[in-house]
Amino acid sequence: MLKSLNLRAALLSVVLLATFLGIWELANQPPKAEKALTEYELLMGGADQEARVPPPSAVISLAVEELSNPFYDKGPNDKGIGIQLGYSIYRVLAGFLMAALIAIPVGFLIGMSPMMHKALNPYIQVLRPISPLAWMPLALFIIKDSEASSIFVIFICSIWPMLINTAFGVANVRQDWLNVARTHELSPLRTAFTVILPAAAPTILTGMRISIGIAWLVIVAAEMLVGGTGIGYYVWNEWNNLDLTSVIFSILMIGIVGMMLDLALSTATRFVEYEE
Amino acid sequence: MTRHHFVEVENLSKRFGNGASQLTVFEQANFGIEKGEYVCIIGHSGCGKSTIMNILAGLDTATDGFVYMEGKEVKGPALDRGVVFQNYSLMPWMSALRNIQFAVRARWPGWTSEQIRAHCYKYLEMVGLTGGTELRKPSELSGGMRQRVSIARAFAIEPKLLLLDEPFGALDALTRGNIQEELVKIWSETHQTVFMITHDVDEAILLADRILLMTNGPYARIAEAVRVDIARPRERGSIIHDPGYYRIRNHLVDFLVTRSKELAGGPAPAPAPGADEEGYSRPFPPEVNPARDGEDVAPPPAVRRQRQTPTKEERVA
Repeated sequence: MLKSLNLRAALLSVVLLATFLGIWELANQPPKAEKALTEYELLMGGADQEARVPPPSAVISLAVEELSNPFYDKGPNDKGIGIQLGYSIYRVLAGFLMAALIAIPVGFLIGMSPMMHKALNPYIQVLRPISPLAWMPLALFIIKDSEASSIFVIFICSIWPMLINTAFGVANVRQDWLNVARTHELSPLRTAFTVILPAAAPTILTGMRISIGIAWLVIVAAEMLVGGTGIGYYVWNEWNNLDLTSVIFSILMIGIVGMMLDLALSTATRFVEYEE
Repeated sequence: MTRHHFVEVENLSKRFGNGASQLTVFEQANFGIEKGEYVCIIGHSGCGKSTIMNILAGLDTATDGFVYMEGKEVKGPALDRGVVFQNYSLMPWMSALRNIQFAVRARWPGWTSEQIRAHCYKYLEMVGLTGGTELRKPSELSGGMRQRVSIARAFAIEPKLLLLDEPFGALDALTRGNIQEELVKIWSETHQTVFMITHDVDEAILLADRILLMTNGPYARIAEAVRVDIARPRERGSIIHDPGYYRIRNHLVDFLVTRSKELAGGPAPAPAPGADEEGYSRPFPPEVNPARDGEDVAPPPAVRRQRQTPTKEERVA
């Protein structure tokens, strides 16, 4: 039953995709020329009088071409999609890991100490809703480096979900388990590592998963602003080149990489999950 | 220190809140536990049994009064007291074996992994959880098996005093019977000092040397200590044929059904005759022995000893 359900779902998916691509393809065919075109007309885009969204066939052939050689580098204006994605992933991971290094210990502190929670909560509540891009001018002024500034923007946007989830997870560790730690005379540090950390790990990893999702959303916008390299810059650059085929292709790649980042963290979550 | 009992509970009271809204859960609880003795405490919900146990474990603090073990005041939790919680309190991310290893490693930090392992298996065998079962996580074990792990964990640290908080409360009757029988067996091998909370009259008679009866709260008191004068080894099947069994059972049921209510909210037990001028005394609850009813049971001597710790008045002065 389950197998046939999966099969039917897969079939439906394929049918939907085929329908969608088919409509897209057919709706965007350039009109046939009624008579032979002059050389000038061919240069100006054939008989087509308006710009059209490129059909999926064009996107697919570009994807094949780009993905067969993803790491070429022909100067600042023409780099392979692999290099551009690599820059973005590097920035996301750098900012994300720095955020984790701060958010998890501070989250522990807030979760374990009601006083720290009360003392720090107002700042968290004010800083958390700030759009990460709003930090960009300040970061550029202080850091004076566009690369580091975009990493900082990733850092600042991915710190909050991790911080809040860690604090929540730590504060809600079952009292029974803490009592077990107390009756076994565990030091606070050992309690933190052997009881609280594994107990709160699923919540902490959920926070990390939310963070990396947000970080991947923000990096595209950040790179559009600072330019130079990265998938966000690539999208904007291709728009300036009026190469919509590349824009659609990079949108797809952003989705695929984002899905893989999420998948990596959801796999990690499965390792620390436990059933009560 | 001339404490006469292994564990002594002295004028223990627990109150919540202040002023008019103050709630006294129980007060003036006095009792002793001998080394190697199995003591059960029975009372209706809300009489503060669990609070007494948590104070003994060091997880809760009393409003008034003291607990001494081997002459030393109990302050905070320690490894010399093992606790079995009603809801097992096993770490769900560890296997049964790792749960016990966790405790044994905390108890003997200097041991090698091999020593710890061997020690854990000794206690896993004692509760009959070997042959692969010990490698399962608590979520993959039945309620009875989980409680066995919890019992093994508590016995494995070889505490001086074992505290059991309604250990079989969440189990079905058949499983409960089996584990009770195992506990009788384990206890007869180890002669561990045990203090246990239960709601089950038959369970108390099967396991205990002495049963403390609490009146209903608020202002609950320990009204009486019932000696279970039935020879050991006891078995679930044969114990009911002991002539004393139903006398004890009737006494307990009568207490729970009627007397716990009648005695509820009464004044704190009067200081035993011979209390010193500051009113210091520890009136232990009168002991009864329903199994030998009719035979002459000597009344318990009024326990009175030199004060070891300053009373409240003294500390104020």
